[in-house]
Amino acid sequence: MKQYDTLVIGGGPAGLAAAIGAKKENGEVLLLEREQRLGGILKQCIHDGFGLIQFKERLSGPEYVERFIQEFLSLNIDYETLAFVIKIDKKEGFYHVSYVSKKGVCEVTVRSLIIATGCRERTAKQIQIHGTRPSGVFTAGCAQHFVNLLGEKIGNKCVILGSGDIGLIMARRLTLEGMKVLGVYEAKATPSGLTRNLVQCLEDYQIPLYLSHTVTRVFGEERLNAVEIMQVDEKMRPIEGTQEIVECDTLILSVGLIPENEITESLGIALDLKTKGPYVDDYFMSSLENVYICGNALHVNDLVDYVSESGLIAGKNSMRQHVSTQSVSIDLSDDFLYLVPQRVSVHDVQESMFYFRAKKEMKAADLLVKVNGKEIMKRRYKNLKPPEMEKIKVKWEMGKISENDHIEIELKEDLCVK
Amino acid sequence: MREMTCIVCPNGCHLTVNETNDEILVKGNLCPRGKDFAIQEIHHPMRTITSTVKTVYKEVPTIPIKVSKEFPKERIFDVMNQINHIQVDYVAQQGDVLMENVLGLGINIVVTSNILKETIHE
Repeated sequence: MKQYDTLVIGGGPAGLAAAIGAKKENGEVLLLEREQRLGGILKQCIHDGFGLIQFKERLSGPEYVERFIQEFLSLNIDYETLAFVIKIDKKEGFYHVSYVSKKGVCEVTVRSLIIATGCRERTAKQIQIHGTRPSGVFTAGCAQHFVNLLGEKIGNKCVILGSGDIGLIMARRLTLEGMKVLGVYEAKATPSGLTRNLVQCLEDYQIPLYLSHTVTRVFGEERLNAVEIMQVDEKMRPIEGTQEIVECDTLILSVGLIPENEITESLGIALDLKTKGPYVDDYFMSSLENVYICGNALHVNDLVDYVSESGLIAGKNSMRQHVSTQSVSIDLSDDFLYLVPQRVSVHDVQESMFYFRAKKEMKAADLLVKVNGKEIMKRRYKNLKPPEMEKIKVKWEMGKISENDHIEIELKEDLCVK
Repeated sequence: MREMTCIVCPNGCHLTVNETNDEILVKGNLCPRGKDFAIQEIHHPMRTITSTVKTVYKEVPTIPIKVSKEFPKERIFDVMNQINHIQVDYVAQQGDVLMENVLGLGINIVVTSNILKETIHE
């Protein structure tokens, strides 16, 4: 059976960076991708704005990911496309992995696994839309695939549910391709996507945004011909009497992304209800020894630059000699939507990198880090918004984390600032 | 006073712009690009676009493109109309210019992917 140091599952931005990271630590690396081409979702994200942090340039999705593909290929890393992992067994400190590819059923033995399987879109089933099952209802990513990769026209008059970034970007894209976008409806009272996308995707094209509104029903036999829109209250419950019928032949759903956990769950790795992805320590290692998670499989990022960054770190860490699953959890205050990594490994450590989102919009807030009740760090934030992820480097004064240390991270809103 | 969101980078700074007789005062920008954006946005909003163009290859029916730089916002649909007339009949690569100086705006249509090179082997 062929052996590798590290197996990377997924050939998108996280997986490519992970494979590069492990290879640069002199690892024998295999990468498996289930699609025909490397690049993941960025293949169809033809809009620009990628790479501003990583390359200080505004790149389109294909341009961004093809830079990584080029580097990946130049390192002569083993990889297979159209390959799908079907089984993973742990035996004597190694993982036996079975996968299907053009070669048939293959098996490899690896020391480390990196799960870089990205995320999935939530679908109509998960948001309780009633009615018939006509064609013309797409997730935003599915519509993007049809339009950008296959060059298909998907309809004429369209309603978009959800103000996530892909929904906003598709509103602009479909308008440019000659479709009429009647409006973007958002059940929450605040937009989900980045503010700049509200400006350059909706305002620029005079596409209306309706907050606290949702689609409650679809109509149509063969093809969608209308949707029912209702206003919702602060608990997102439809308000009786606000029904409105909007004629359209296309409904695009941009109602959130969730980490792809199929492999993670099959391995029995514990999931965080906040991120809906697995728990990891500051090495991006899960509760299972030598299994690393990175990119959107860990938590849904808003910028691909951070996805690549986490991949690179996970890749490097997968080649560590001494690995311990011992870690301490972090007590998180209620004002966080989530914080990743959720645990800090018990080891000599100078600093750890954390990514977080606030639960609600805050004009000003202080982030406090305490170890055993003693404040070791404080940082002021302005204009925190849930759609915009923040990053913070925490320096551990004591230079190590022991198993009995109690770590608290608090986010305190300063209500005096308006 | 005008308020606007800077679209230069994902920070999306909230800008307040005060225009007096001889000066434009911009507040809220984290970097100098925010000021440039605000001044341009007031006088003549510029944008870039990305899209796809058709190819003659069945396996790769479309390839992604961008315009080489910003152009006046009100010309977006005119430029789209030009893009929609392009059909690529060779194995184009990232960086190839498919159309030069579109509508005299000083912008080129540039390929942003190597998907043809990767997929089509003639």
